[in-house]
Formats: sequence, C-alpha cells, structure tokens
Amino acid sequence: MDLLRVQDVSKSGQGNLAVSHVSLTVKEGKITGLIGANGAGKTTLFNCISGYYHVTSGRVLYRGQEVQHKTAEKLCHMGIARTFQIAKPFGMLSVLDNVAVGGYNKAKSRKEAYQFAEQSLQMVGLWEKQENLALLLNTGEQRKLELARALATQPQVLLLDEVMAGLTPTESREMVELIGKINQAGITILMIEHIMPVIMGLSHFIYVMERGKMIAEGTPEAVSKDPKVIASYLGEGLEVE
Amino acid sequence: MKTKKLEQGTLIVLLIIAGIFPFLSGRYLLSVGISILVMALLGQSWNLMSGYAGQFSFGHAAFFGIGAYASSILYMDYGLSPWLGMLVGMVLAAAVGVIIGFLSFRYKLRGDFFALVTLAFAEMLRVLFNNTKALKGATGVLIPYKNAWREFQFADDKAFYFILLAMVMAATIFIAVMNRRKFGVCLVAIKENQEAAGSLGVPVLKYKLSAMAISAAIAAMAGTFYAQYYGFIDPTVVFAASISVEAIVPCIIGGAGTLGGPLLGALIIIPLQELSNSLFEGTNGINMILYGALIVLFVVFCRDGIYGTIIRRLKGVKT
Repeated sequence: MDLLRVQDVSKSGQGNLAVSHVSLTVKEGKITGLIGANGAGKTTLFNCISGYYHVTSGRVLYRGQEVQHKTAEKLCHMGIARTFQIAKPFGMLSVLDNVAVGGYNKAKSRKEAYQFAEQSLQMVGLWEKQENLALLLNTGEQRKLELARALATQPQVLLLDEVMAGLTPTESREMVELIGKINQAGITILMIEHIMPVIMGLSHFIYVMERGKMIAEGTPEAVSKDPKVIASYLGEGLEVE
Repeated sequence: MKTKKLEQGTLIVLLIIAGIFPFLSGRYLLSVGISILVMALLGQSWNLMSGYAGQFSFGHAAFFGIGAYASSILYMDYGLSPWLGMLVGMVLAAAVGVIIGFLSFRYKLRGDFFALVTLAFAEMLRVLFNNTKALKGATGVLIPYKNAWREFQFADDKAFYFILLAMVMAATIFIAVMNRRKFGVCLVAIKENQEAAGSLGVPVLKYKLSAMAISAAIAAMAGTFYAQYYGFIDPTVVFAASISVEAIVPCIIGGAGTLGGPLLGALIIIPLQELSNSLFEGTNGINMILYGALIVLFVVFCRDGIYGTIIRRLKGVKT
C-alpha cells in the first residue's frame, strides 16, 4: 500500500525552482531512498513533505489524505516524524527529557510519555546516558538522540535526513543496523543519504534527484546501472576523438 | 538528582530566612525586604516567559501597569475590593500578553525583534494612560488608606510582607511543578529549538502564548501589590521602562531559566542598590548605572548567572 505519495510537487524560492514537478511514492513497511548530489533539492523536498515549507504546486498525500498544507506539529500527530540533517538537541534538557518531548506526542499521561521515551532510548542504545544533558553528547550520540526522539512520537513513517553525516565508520555501521531494526519493527522509512553503499544496502526502492528534478527511480541494482545516475554522480564521460 | 536536592535545599533555606526576617528587622529593613520580594516576583514572572520559554520580553512594565491600574481604578471608581481587582488585572494582562504574542508570532518575530515589540507595547500603554482622562491621565491614582483586609490595606507592613511572600512562593512552586510536566519540558524544548520541538508534535504557538499569559498574570499581581502597598501609581511609574528592567535584571544576575535564579538575583541587587543609594546620597539614577554595570559584567563573564552557573557545573557542563 502507498503510505505517502508526492504528486507533481514544485517549490520555488527566489525565482528558482528548487524542486520541480517531482513525484514519488513510499510503500508501507519499506525503506525508500532518496539520493542526489549536493543542491539537488532533496532536503527541500523533505521540508515540503514534513510541513516546513509550503509547496508552490502539487500535492502530498498521506494515506490518501492531502497533507501539503498541514503544519509539522499536525503531521507529527498523524504519524509522520522526521530528523534533521544537523542534529538539533535540546541542550539543557536531559537525554531522557529530550526524548520525552517526543513521547508526549501520542502519550495520554506523563508516565506513558516516559515509557515511550525509555523504549526509544533502549532501541537506539542511549539508555545509559538518560541523565546526561543533551549538550554533553558527541555527534554520534546526538544523531541517535535525534532518532530516539522521532521514534518516541510513535510514527508510522520516519523521514531521515542524512543520519550518517559526520559519523565514524563504526558509528555508521551501528546506524545502518539500527535503521534496519526500526524498519523491521514496522516503521516505514524515507531516507536521504549521500553514502552510496549505505543507501544501496538498505533501500528497497530508490529515487534519484538532480537539480530539482527526478531523473531516475527503481531498485538499487537498476538505479546503480542507470547511465543518467552515473553521469549525475561521476560527470559525463569524456568524448575522445 | 544531586542538583534537584540542592535546588530544593536552597529554596527551603531561603524560605526559612524570609519567614524569620520580618521579626528581626525594623521598619526600614522590612521595606527593603518588600522591595526584594517585589523584584523577585517580577523576576519570576519574566523567568517563566523569557528564561524558560525563551521569549525575551523587554516590556514587562505593560503587564505590571495593567495589574496596578486595573485594581486601582476598579477600587476607586466602582468600590471593587482590590483582591478581586487583582484577579481582573491578571486576566486583562494575560489577554494583552496573548494579543502581543499572537501578533508577534504571526509575523514570525523572534529574539531581539520580539523584545522590541514588547517594549513598544509597554511604551504605548504608558502614553495611552498618560493622555486618557478616563484612565486618570497623568495625575494617576491615589489610594486612600483604610486598614482593612477587604481593602488590601494593613497598618502593619508585616502583613504586606507575608502576602507578598506567599505570592512569590506561589509563582515559584508553580514553576517547579511546571518543570516536571509536559508544559515545562516542552517550553524548554521550544527555547532550545523551535523547529525541532514542532517536528516532535509540540504545539509551539499555543505553548508560547500560554507562557506569555501566565507570565503576564504574575506581573499584574505584582502591579496590584505595588499599588496597594505604596498607595500611589501614575503612568510614568508603573509603565516605566525601569520596571521592565527590574524584571530582567534579577534573572540575568541570578540565572534565567533556573528556579532560584530570580530570587537570588533580587536578594543581591536590592541590598546593593540600597547601599549605593546611601553612599551616593542625592545622586538620582545611581541604581540604573548599577544595573547597567552589573548586566555588562554578568553578560561578559557569567552569562548563565550565579545560580545558573552553579547548576550547569553540577550537571557536568565545563564553561
């Protein structure tokens, strides 16, 4: 079933079309990847889906319902959670309180919110640090915190914006495992990623953007062999006379 | 856990001292005690909206003045007990707070720009009251003295003192309880990062407006107390920028966004002010110079305030 559908979405800013007539579909229970070079419009598209930008034209459908004019808060209540490319921890709150903010999204009581928070922290492996202030965490831990917060909102679909950025190889491997685990727990994922092996290994289906347009889509194997994608990533082949 | 015990301990010690103080001091010291508590109450009000929720106000005089005028005009013109007038003032101030907040947040004003809007509203109210006959104009309101509970007037300043102490305690306990609930945790989240808070389903606008409304109501309470205790108000006194400054200073010195910060700040500043007033007798405005110097020093060298710095250290933050 299509959980999330982006239909012909455009977003213009300062005269440029940052995203131009883009469509994509996220199937329930799957991991969908979105790749593209810097400035291709991936994060802009993410912001349109998650309620931070108003789309200039087009529609975003969540479970068949139009949501392109809803705020981030409303979307979160409906089950769409996101992480940010640059982690945004609430520095002066403890790790546990950070995640509880997310937990309150669906919780009916304080106790339940903290239960959700505990589950999420256990899942990402930050439970031992629950009493620390968030600003004392390192980059890798901050990413996990970001993920735990989003998970605590009890989402149905999780939008991940470059969760691997700035991680060490070991941390990246842990993160890949974690994303797989989250998906197996039944949460649909749409992720932006730069690191090709990561996204090729994780995704069931991949979309490729270039300069605001969707240039390719398909399974990881198909996409990795697509000449347009190769050209976009490596540049066009040189013509030798 | 360690910090929580320390916070509770500090507050209990402060409360005991505050409870004994009136019985050991004469008329003058008691009036100093009342000044400390007025500042503490104003500070706690500012602390909720600006220290915890991060919406920097430079116009708390607006709410203070509304509180002072609401109870005074209702008492003088309609004979309403100032106790009830105080409640009316709190509701009015909360409403004005919501209006200021809604207009500002609707146009996405933040930080300095938001602070300027609050300043502008306070100044507008000062000019409005100064020039409107129906609001007593520039002459202000003189509240005649009648020693009676119903009139919120007492022959013994100790009664004033303990009523004010109860108000400060109520505000402090409110914030302490809030800190452990959804509202308090989410306010700090909004201060730290509004976008991230929104993406986690926090109703950002609603919470910011609520914080403003509650903060405004507390400041209005302080305003009514001021009118009843000093017996005279006019627009240049209660809507003065100096009142707004007095709400901010204790938080900057003590530590904004901490439970005990404003209390400690008021406890330091008022005695300093009294001291400087007696040292430099007849020099008007020395307190403002003092505020200015203290703020500069703290912003440069001790950004989190005294109490705030201690708390941060205890929680493991180095600088």
